[in-house]
This record gives sequence, C-alpha cells and structure tokens, in this order.
Amino acid sequence: MKKSVSLACIMAAAFGVAAPASAFEPDRPVEFVVTAGPGGGTDIFARTIQAIIGKYELMKAPVVVTNKGSAGGAEGFVYTATNKGDAYKLAFGTNNAYLLPVRAKVPYKAEDLTPVAALASDEFILWVNGKASYATAADFAAKAKEGGLKIGGSQSKDVDQILTSMINEATGATINYIPFKSGGEAAVQLAGEHLDANVNNPSENLGQWQAGMVKPLCVFKSVKLTNDAKVAGDKGWSDIPTCKETGIAIDNYSMPRTVWLPAGVEPDAVKFYADLMRKVSETPEWAKYLADTSQSPAYIAGEDFKAAIEMDGAAVGEVLKREGWLAN
Amino acid sequence: MENIGLLIDGFGHILSWNHILLMMVGVTLGILVGVLPGLGAPNGVSLLLPLTFSMDPISAIILLSCMYWGALFGGSTTSILFNIPGEPSSVATTFDGYPMAKAGQASRALTLAFVSAGIGALAGVVMITLLSGWVANFALRFSSPEYFAVYFLAFASFISMGAQSPFKTLVSMMIGFALASVGMDTISGDLRLTFDIPTLIKGVSFLIAVMGLFGIGELLLTTEEGLRFEGIKARVKLAEIGRTLVEIPRYWLTIARSTIIGIWMGITPAGPTAASFMSYGVARRSARDKSKFGKGDPRGIVAPETADHSAGTSALLPMLALGVPGSATAAVMMGGLMIWGLTPGPMLFTDRPDFVWGLIASMYLGNVVAVILVLATVPLYASILRVPFSIIGPIIVAVIFSGAYQVANSVSDIFMVIGFGVLGYVFKKLDYPLAPLVLAMVLGDKAEDAFRQSMLLSSGSLNIFWSNALVSSLMALGLAMLLSPVVFGLIGLVRKRKRDGSAAA
Repeated sequence: MKKSVSLACIMAAAFGVAAPASAFEPDRPVEFVVTAGPGGGTDIFARTIQAIIGKYELMKAPVVVTNKGSAGGAEGFVYTATNKGDAYKLAFGTNNAYLLPVRAKVPYKAEDLTPVAALASDEFILWVNGKASYATAADFAAKAKEGGLKIGGSQSKDVDQILTSMINEATGATINYIPFKSGGEAAVQLAGEHLDANVNNPSENLGQWQAGMVKPLCVFKSVKLTNDAKVAGDKGWSDIPTCKETGIAIDNYSMPRTVWLPAGVEPDAVKFYADLMRKVSETPEWAKYLADTSQSPAYIAGEDFKAAIEMDGAAVGEVLKREGWLAN
Repeated sequence: MENIGLLIDGFGHILSWNHILLMMVGVTLGILVGVLPGLGAPNGVSLLLPLTFSMDPISAIILLSCMYWGALFGGSTTSILFNIPGEPSSVATTFDGYPMAKAGQASRALTLAFVSAGIGALAGVVMITLLSGWVANFALRFSSPEYFAVYFLAFASFISMGAQSPFKTLVSMMIGFALASVGMDTISGDLRLTFDIPTLIKGVSFLIAVMGLFGIGELLLTTEEGLRFEGIKARVKLAEIGRTLVEIPRYWLTIARSTIIGIWMGITPAGPTAASFMSYGVARRSARDKSKFGKGDPRGIVAPETADHSAGTSALLPMLALGVPGSATAAVMMGGLMIWGLTPGPMLFTDRPDFVWGLIASMYLGNVVAVILVLATVPLYASILRVPFSIIGPIIVAVIFSGAYQVANSVSDIFMVIGFGVLGYVFKKLDYPLAPLVLAMVLGDKAEDAFRQSMLLSSGSLNIFWSNALVSSLMALGLAMLLSPVVFGLIGLVRKRKRDGSAAA
C-alpha cells in the first residue's frame, strides 16, 4: 500500500515537471483561508497542504495562510464568497461550506462558492468513558433507550449534533446533546465522566484512548478502518467494529475535508487547483498525515465532487428538516 | 521527588548553545509581536510554525514557547507606556501601570511589571514540576457548572470593589455582555446581534475594543488636555531599575497571594485574564490604604502581572496532560505538536518524557532569559515617553490602526476602533468605569456558554451549582466575595447606630 503510494507520487512528480504549463498559473501569493481557528482539524489540513506544496515546489507562487474561523467557519466562507471571481483565495473547510447556509442565516449561499476538491474524509466513532460498563454499541443503545444519556460535541446543529440526532432516530433513544466549543473540550468532558459519550473524530480522542480514559465502541462506516497500527496498547483503529453490525443502524457517516474558490472564477483556475490538490494527495507526506490523523484518503474533484456534495447535502438536509433546524 | 530527577534529565536535553540561542531568538521575536498591538502571540506563533516543520520537536517547542513568554512580557509594555493592552490578560496592568508611567516613573513601572511577571511564571513552573500528576486529575473534575462557578468568582471578586457608582458599573458591564454576544452563539448555533452586516458575524474582537477604548480614548483625552505626556520630565536612569529591584521584596504578600490566585485560575482553567482581574480586585480590597489604587500604586502593577504569568504558565499543564489548549496560543502549539508527530494527551508524559521535561526545563530557562532581555529594554522603552507627544501621538494612532487591521485583515475593524475610541472618551468624561465592560467582554460569552451547558446537563435545575463539594465551595466563595462589602457595610452601620445610641443614653 505504502509503496504504491510513493511510486504514484514519484510518477506524479515526474509528470508535474514534464506536463506543459496549464493555462492558469498563479503569479502572486495565494491566500489559504482556513475556516477554523488555529490548531484545529481544518487548520492542520490546510497547513499540511501548504507544507507539501512548499516541499515539492508544486506551485511557484507563495502561500499565505489566514485563519477566519469565527461563527463556525462562516467568517472565512463569507470572506471568500465576497471576493467573487478572485482565483487567489482558496477556502479550506469541511461539509460546513454547504451546510452552514442551510442551518443558519449566514450572509452567503452555497452557490457563492466554486467546489475545487475534497482530499480526505474524517471518520466518526462512538466513544464512551474508559470505565463505562458497555462493551458494544448495542449495550449503549439499550441504555440510551432508558433515557437521560448525554452526548457532547463540537458546535451546535453541526456534524456532531446531526449524528446524535441520527443515532436517536436509528435506535429510538432520546439522547441529549450538549454543544461545546470544540471536539477537544468534549473529549475531556467525557474523560472526566461528565458526559456519557461523544462522537469525536479519531484524532480528537486518540490521546485519551491511549491513556485508557475513553474507549471506542464502534465506527460509523460501512467497513472497518484500514489503518492497522496498534495505537492504543494492543488495540488499533482496525479493531473497532462498525456500528451497523454491532447495534446502531447507521451505515456511513463521514466528513469530507474540502477546498473551495469563490464563484465566478475561470474554469482553468479551478482545474489548476484541482490538479494541484491531486498532486498533493499523491505524496508520501499526505499518506502520513492521513495515517497520523486516521482519516481515509478520498480525493475527488470536478463533477464527482459536485455529485457527492448533492448527496451529502440531501442526506444531512433530511435530518436538519426533521429537527426543524432549517434557517430559511 | 521522581519529578525532580526527570527535570534534571530535561535540563540535560536542552542545555546547549544552540537551544539557548533559540530561546533568545524566540523571546526577542515574542517581545516584538507583543509590543505591536493586534499582532499578538497566537498570530506570531502561527507565523513561525511553518519554520519549525524541519526542526526536531524539542528545538521547535523551545522556539515557540519562548516566543510566547516574550509576547506576554511585550504585552505589558504597551499597557504601561500607552495604555494599550497588547494581550487581554494585560488589561488590568493598565489601571496602575499607565498612571505611574504618566507620572514620570515609567522605568519603575516596567521593572515592577517584568520582575513580578517573572516571579509569577517561575512559581507556575515550580508548581508544574511538583504537582503535574495530581493537577491533571484535578482538572478532569471540572465540568460546565464548575467553570461557571469559577467565572462567577472572578466577576464577584473584581466587580464588588467598585469605587464608582454601582449603577455606572452595571451599565458598563451590560454593554460588555452585549458586545460579547455578537456573532454566532455556541449553544444554539444561531447568529445574534449581527443585523445582517457580514463583518459582524465574526463577533466584536476583544483586541479591537481595548485598542479603541483604552488607546484611542486616552489619546483623545491627552489631546484635549494640551498635547503633552508628563513623562517628558522623566529621566531614564539605570539606578532606577536597581532601586525598583530592591523595592520588590516589600510586596511579598501581594506576590504570594497573586501567585496562588494565578496558579489556581491557571489549572482550573479559567485562564490568565480572569486571574489578573481577580488578583487586582483582591489586592485592592485587602489593601489598608486604597486611595492610591488607580493612580499608580505599585501593588496594582505587581498583583495582575504576577497572577497573569503564573496562570499563563500553569495553563500549559492541562494542555500537556489532557490535550486541551488553555489559550489560543496553546492551541497553535498543539497543532504544531501534531505536525511534529506527537499526540498531545495523557500519554505524552510516558511516551516522550524527554520532550515534556525538556519543555518544562526550557520554561525555567526561557523565563529567566526573558526577564533579563526585557529588563535590558526598559531604558529604551522608557525613553520613548520623552519624545514629544505631537510626534509620538500620531505614531501610536498609526500603530493602533495597522494593529486593528491585522487582527482579522479587515478594514471594517479600523472603523470599529474609532467607534470604540469615542466610546472610551465618553466613558472617561462621564466617569463610567471601563474595566467592568472589558471583563464582561472577555468572560461574558464563556460564562454564558458554561451556564447554558449546565442547564442542559441538569435539564434546567439550578441545583447543579450545589451538586458537589467543589462547585458548592466555589459558588459559596463567589457569593461571599460579592456580598461581603454589603454585609460589612451593614455591620458598620449597625455598630455606628449602637454607638450613637449609647452616647445618647
């Protein structure tokens, strides 16, 4: 697996040099707008790409990273959207790019952004306290039906709360959701036994898992994770069963890591950045980043990406509608 | 005592000329970003972060953490010289630092601030060295109700001391709460008070507010009073620094109390800003002669600075031990940790003791280096005040405007600074206190989040604030702080009546 990735990378690098110059090539600094605060998942996503572009000199123009993470990322998307037609502003986010305008009255619409590519998909795991008596997702679901359980997560009406709502729908439970500022806070609250569970991404709870403070019950994915490194004692990511087969009927729930341009940019520019992101996704450094943060490789661009956005938007939109969270 | 052995190993890892040089570079860069308002430690550290990707983790964390210490010291400098806090946590330093500098004692004010900050920081590191295991477990006991109780305690200890009319304090505080709630609300996920203005969705930046309220407001007042800083008369003498150093042991009680407040607020973790305000409030309350506070009392500089730095340092412990960043800068450093291939969290202490104890050892050395370097800059900074106001005034305006722009690369923030400047001027003219507004702005939304999370946790029952020994004692302490002036006032009144009564009989 690793070998083929690095081979692909060498080939990509070779092609990158040999290929004729594409019609668009940035000739001044490109701004990477991170739609999250410094230090978070989206920030590391963008800065890893910045580091890889710099290392392999994939682009001549320098990169400037700015953090605009207020209002759940809306600050950065609004900023990008208002620079209509500017091919030098690249926004980095998740599926919040197209979910925010649906669930909150933010001053931009999904159409104000041009999708460039998605590079990875971050997984969701059901975590409980290390001392908890439940061994499987079914035990948890049974307890949840009795009522009074609390799940904490990052932000309100965002991916974590949407997933909690889906768990309630799938199991018939009534779990309460407590919003915190970040997944990190939810992780510590769970370790301190103030919550019953969280649905954090793998990297957000890894440290606590290694210390035995929390344990994973299941992953919200149709197949098990592939990374078989033993990260916590004798357990690794690939040992976590899927939720579907252990008692919570949710097939696939993940969060794409996405890149956007403002609306109205030339197709050449979109293609240039989509190719740039593809080259990034084929480097060994990218493979290492994905392994370290236990995300799945998922490079998609162009029409495929647009179709994926449609599908994700429709699935999540249903939950938003059911909960009455639609803003418009 | 096992920790002391580990610490000595840590020193072994970091003691090299290379690392000492990195420390000096880090501290110097830090002082620079700290002095320029708006740039601040989080931005400075994230600018430097890409440079560290190719370094080994120990060197990288030394560089970044020393930059953080430098920025903390730099932030106090502008508070004292120009009444412009470079960091939220140095707001309380302006209350007495600026009046002292204005009265011609800039060197004394700066030296007091730097040395007490250094003492606070070292006390914080000593606490980390001795208590690391215990503190990490203690921090886990904090949930939303406990957080709310800590914020409540900070409000109570600072607010009730007000010398001004309580109604003016209340008005100022309510404006602060309103400003804190602009933007997206964490609990509901909805936008509040944005009036469909796109630039308001990011909320009102605290830095913009203090630069306007304190910086521009003060400049407007000075201009009105006749274009001069009284600091002009001050002569910069090296002896002044020496004399101040000798003076410091006199404030041992204030320092000891502020260190305890700082460490407590750092590990709980309410953070350095709450610590500095609370420490200032407590110092003022417990002083026998309160008349000099706000006019350049040395205790009014020593108390917030000591607490600020001991809290800032102790706040790194929850980050290392639990993987929760205690501040924006800590969040950037944690991101760095992950990029260097380390997982922040409880296992870091066992997996990479060389890294953790190297960092702790570098905190000792880094702070000593920082104190020496900033003391060396005192004559330079103090002499800035000798420049005529008609030259330095416009420069400060330019620095504030460029700083305001840098906070979020947004032009609208510059207009916001002007607005806050006018508000600050009006407040001063009408004798409204600014401090409650600032405190409410910094802690308001955190307190609100904690309160509403508690209500969600308890399904709406207020009993959650009395549900265990920890939260009950914090709440009780807060209530005692809030009510004690009223109670003492009543007792005084009753006694006076009795005496009057017995005299009449």
